[in-house]
Amino acid sequence: MADLSQTNAPIYEALRKFRRMRVVPFDVPGHKRGRGNMELTEFLGEDCMNVDVNSMKPLDNLCHPVSVIKDAEELAAEAFGAANAFFMVGGTTSAVQSMIMYACKEGDKIIMPRNVHRSAINALILTGAVPVYVNPDVNHRLGIALGMSVAQVEQAILDNPDAKAIMVNNPTYYGICSDLKRITELAHEHGMLVLVDEAHGTHFYFGENFPVTAMAAGADCASVSMHKSGGSLTQSSFLLLGKNINADYMRQVINLTQTTSASYLLLSSLDISRKRLALGGREIFAQTVEMAEYARSEINDIGGYYAYSRELINGDSIFDFDVSKLSIYTLPIGLAGIEVYDLLRDEYDIQIEFGDIGNVLAYISVGDRKRDIERLISALAEIKRRFGKSGADMLTQEYISPVVAETPRKAFYAKKRSLPLEETAGLVCSEFVMCYPPGIPILAPGELITDEIIEYIKYAKEKGCQMTGTEDINIEKLNVLDF
Amino acid sequence: MELWFTERHTPNVKFSIKVDHQLYSGNSEFQRIDVFDSKEFGRFLTLDGYMMLTEKDEFIYHEMITHVPMAVHPNPKNILVIGAGDGGVVRELTRYPSVESIDLVEIDELVVEVCKKYLPTTACRFDDPRVHVFYEDGVKFIRRCNDQYDVIIVDSTDPFGPGEGLFTKEFYGSCFKALRDDGIMVNQHESPFYDEDAAAMQRSHKRIVESFPISKVYQAHIPTYPSGHWLFGFASKKYHPTNDYNGTKWSMLGIKTRYYNPRLHTGAFALPCYVEELLRDVE
Repeated sequence: MADLSQTNAPIYEALRKFRRMRVVPFDVPGHKRGRGNMELTEFLGEDCMNVDVNSMKPLDNLCHPVSVIKDAEELAAEAFGAANAFFMVGGTTSAVQSMIMYACKEGDKIIMPRNVHRSAINALILTGAVPVYVNPDVNHRLGIALGMSVAQVEQAILDNPDAKAIMVNNPTYYGICSDLKRITELAHEHGMLVLVDEAHGTHFYFGENFPVTAMAAGADCASVSMHKSGGSLTQSSFLLLGKNINADYMRQVINLTQTTSASYLLLSSLDISRKRLALGGREIFAQTVEMAEYARSEINDIGGYYAYSRELINGDSIFDFDVSKLSIYTLPIGLAGIEVYDLLRDEYDIQIEFGDIGNVLAYISVGDRKRDIERLISALAEIKRRFGKSGADMLTQEYISPVVAETPRKAFYAKKRSLPLEETAGLVCSEFVMCYPPGIPILAPGELITDEIIEYIKYAKEKGCQMTGTEDINIEKLNVLDF
Repeated sequence: MELWFTERHTPNVKFSIKVDHQLYSGNSEFQRIDVFDSKEFGRFLTLDGYMMLTEKDEFIYHEMITHVPMAVHPNPKNILVIGAGDGGVVRELTRYPSVESIDLVEIDELVVEVCKKYLPTTACRFDDPRVHVFYEDGVKFIRRCNDQYDVIIVDSTDPFGPGEGLFTKEFYGSCFKALRDDGIMVNQHESPFYDEDAAAMQRSHKRIVESFPISKVYQAHIPTYPSGHWLFGFASKKYHPTNDYNGTKWSMLGIKTRYYNPRLHTGAFALPCYVEELLRDVE
């Protein structure tokens, strides 16, 4: 890689070169540069179909990279300040699962906040690792789970000195960061690895004045959703490694579940996006923050809504805040977040990222235009004028501390039966229940079902949350362990 | 040598005017602005290559978008104009002595500057002391207005580009809130003729119907706009555009016009069957 710099994009360059060679394809994919599937080609464009090709010598192979993919991964590692970087084509889900499967074997303990993404708990089912949950601090006014408090992490470490790793969500979907540096130091003092789900933190690596990145904080692994704030195609992602992780073994772990036909559309999108952020990220994210700050101040001017930011910082469970996030608390106007989310789409043709019981999140990026931000603000003002009511009687409780009765793996594979939701109180759930997005489980396999949880699920359904995870598509029945 | 300005009215239809010479071409933060001179239509202004006005037929558009609401409202004093950087609507409004204040909100300052320099036929009343110009996004400006205008005139470009926010439900809702209890909003309502224009017209009409208790549409013939058949929206909280109209009272004002008159006012609300049907489909 001696003569390569961040101005290069080796996979992209190799694909361009390959296209000019006009190689005759007698290999897969069978659409043969799109000619074999004209309807798809007309829909996606010839340029796109032309580079949907298979691994081959000039284009390297993601499972065992030796040339252009290797170069591209090295450039990515350099850009992110990591010892190694992997291009991931199975979403950040695959990155999260790989880092857990690297750190834990069956029966190993892993300390993690309970409000992790489902991909982390899925990894526990795959590996048979045992979760030690640290309940996140909760902001009761906003009804959202916060970061991990250092004292609670320390207690969990002392109580479980045999744990292999600590996983941290940083930042959360809402933009909240934990004291990553201190948590990393604590973990390392006790010989544990630090795995960071940094799905929502790509921009921290390239913008100015953002919270500390996992790699800068000394963490061992980080999963970064390049396709979120980084601008690459959906499903493409990076796994970053610190200097104490064996990259060759990690490659083997990744290959356990990774496709052997990695899409060059995804790979080139990662490559080009990395180059773009390395060269222009500072400016790009300065613009994003400026738009988010503007929207926040205008939305707070409407009254009722609360678009929160750094004023929440408390030195511990809200150690820092990502100001590029536009999270808005809606209950004071008498509407649940999910109701505002639905009204924005149904009445105003505006699609936002998600709405939960008390909040909505509008995802702001460099792709936004000032005039669209104005529309969002005006639509929120109109929703308040037309649909607002007294904010009384709104359920705020969002985070319910789970009672873990079985490991996720045991619960998932155990003998089970299906019961109507109302009859499940006191039993152990064997599947997930969550609102998607954000995809953080209300119930995970192995957890005790309580009246409080049943009431919450019913309320969320009634308000129109999109519930997922259960075998019963209507979420009227739950699978419980059959003792 | 022949120099022609051409605009695509649909992917399959072109409209061309022979250009004598180009007077101005420039890019603002928002759009490309051009001014041409022609034998047939005199000077004309285009934004991003779309015809905005010509000296020959601008009177039709500006009279129809202004005098219809001004003649229905019994006592219009405070007027808000959105868009209209060419000054044509302001020119018509300043002819009413009863008007106390005209707020003009134009997103693009360069449009006003260029029109003042090259299109004095429309940009001729910006110095009237009742006129206040704000260079701002109309969607943003109106968000803060409450119960303060008698008439709002939305002289927008098309529902794509810088003007697209002016065709949204949040904008129409904000206009409703900004009007007094007997206020009227009139807007440029696109054309019913070509399919894509008709679809935009229907979308816009649907959103206005959902925002105002009275929502009617009227028409005019504007030769340089796609198909020449153009519509305006009349949305109102209290007054019906023809039942509550007193043509004699308007005539007494003595405003001299070239297109608008009291008989035409009533007639303009009589629409062709196919247009009525398009509107009914979304009401």
